[in-house]
Amino acid sequence: MAQTDRLTAPTALNLATNSVVLLRLAIVAIVLATWQAVADSGLLFRDVVPSLVAIFRALVNLLADDRFYTHLEATAFEVGIAMLVGGGLGLLVGLVLGANRLLGKAFEPYLYYLGPTPKIIFFPVMIMWFGVGPPSKIAMGAISCFFPIALSVAAGMRQINPVLISVGRSFRAAAWQMAVKIYLPAMRHPIVNGARLGLGVAIIGTVLAETKLSNRGIGFLIINSYNTFNMPRMYALLIVLFALAIGANAAIGRVSGSKPRHRLAGLS
Amino acid sequence: MTRTWRGGALPALLGIGTFVIALVLMELLIRAGAINRFIVPLPSQVLLSFWRLIAEENILDRFLLTGGEALVAGVLLTVVGMSVGILLHRIPLLRQACETWIAAFASAPIVLMYPLFLVIFGRSAVTIIMIGFTAALPPVILKTLEGLSGTRRVLIDVGRSFNLNHSQLFWKILLPAALPAIFVGIRLGMIFALINIVGVEFLINFGGLGQLINDLAERYDLSGTYAAISFVILVSICFFVLTERVERWLRPID
Repeated sequence: MAQTDRLTAPTALNLATNSVVLLRLAIVAIVLATWQAVADSGLLFRDVVPSLVAIFRALVNLLADDRFYTHLEATAFEVGIAMLVGGGLGLLVGLVLGANRLLGKAFEPYLYYLGPTPKIIFFPVMIMWFGVGPPSKIAMGAISCFFPIALSVAAGMRQINPVLISVGRSFRAAAWQMAVKIYLPAMRHPIVNGARLGLGVAIIGTVLAETKLSNRGIGFLIINSYNTFNMPRMYALLIVLFALAIGANAAIGRVSGSKPRHRLAGLS
Repeated sequence: MTRTWRGGALPALLGIGTFVIALVLMELLIRAGAINRFIVPLPSQVLLSFWRLIAEENILDRFLLTGGEALVAGVLLTVVGMSVGILLHRIPLLRQACETWIAAFASAPIVLMYPLFLVIFGRSAVTIIMIGFTAALPPVILKTLEGLSGTRRVLIDVGRSFNLNHSQLFWKILLPAALPAIFVGIRLGMIFALINIVGVEFLINFGGLGQLINDLAERYDLSGTYAAISFVILVSICFFVLTERVERWLRPID
């Protein structure tokens, strides 16, 4: 594959990129046209596939609605606190497990296997512990993002260049100094990567919990438009939510990419 | 002797020991009244509830139901995911156009679309299977592509020198070489599918294990809820360990 690329790429680069762009536009056009055709045909129940115009109108209405931003704020607040609590704990646990071989071997398998279990099933327990309000949603988000961040940080710890650690030791750095001055700067990439994975699942955990039981937040709006069978509004909400989730993901990547690398991190 | 002790047995003992001590501590704290037993049930009670779940709640039937949903989703995943992967590998232009989209799709929170699936497929097993399938499709496609295009040049040249035609080259060289990567994709996909299937069962209160948790929680059967959650976690862990073994067995030696 790589070899054929090398042979054809220089001669027909412009042509190839142009045809890729054209093909993409064609795919988007075909999907939208099929969508509209299905919406107009009346083959499916009315409004299951609403017309593009209806979705667009719902999107505009949604973005012009003040109440939407109150709900968005509620969800953003919950996700933010969840990232602080779950991410902070994940960072701490990851640092400890990564630094100590015995503890890592003893407890990391538990994290590794608990990580991919369905977290939402803890929601009834979280309701009992934290009540029906925002705290139980925050707890769901925190549980969700704890695992990827802890695992990513623990793995990152073990990949640090040993030279950096020796440098720290030879300066007689205390444990907290080692953590702040050596480990954290050298691990920017695993940490950012963990935060990116963590943010994705924190949003899922929080919003899913909101759809199950709440009276505010984006999840509540989605399940509310389902209950009132306002399909265009539901599509609009999902579009906004997906755009925000993908945008936040890209933003974290951008932050890690644009900052100049820490000078020592280049060594590792 | 000491090396195997430090390498395997000691950490394992430490892990299990901590877990057991934490449970015993919890039991004592609850019995002493430091933790409200109407919020956290006694671990011993949770353990006893397992038998109740088996005898009264048909947890094994529910397990088979959820497993069946996962199986259907898995078959769909394998067939559709591999076909799309092979198609994209055959037509490089299509691949260049779509691969980044599929990668973006892989990190999108698909499960949040479950009300949409509810409207389209109704509150039925089809909804659950389709969400599991959709959420888990991207890794299978991406890993199939990766496996096929990662086939070593030498192997393809050997096939060419035997004058194999397109389909022979595919069945005898490309596909076998790509199988380990494809299996990684299917395993990842099955994990995604299982998470979403159990999660959606819980959310829409329909189907197997997920619904049981919802049911028990709504009846305020505390020890039952905790036991059912532990059961789901145990099942998922068994699944991960098992598929990991198969994956290791499939992996080429080089």
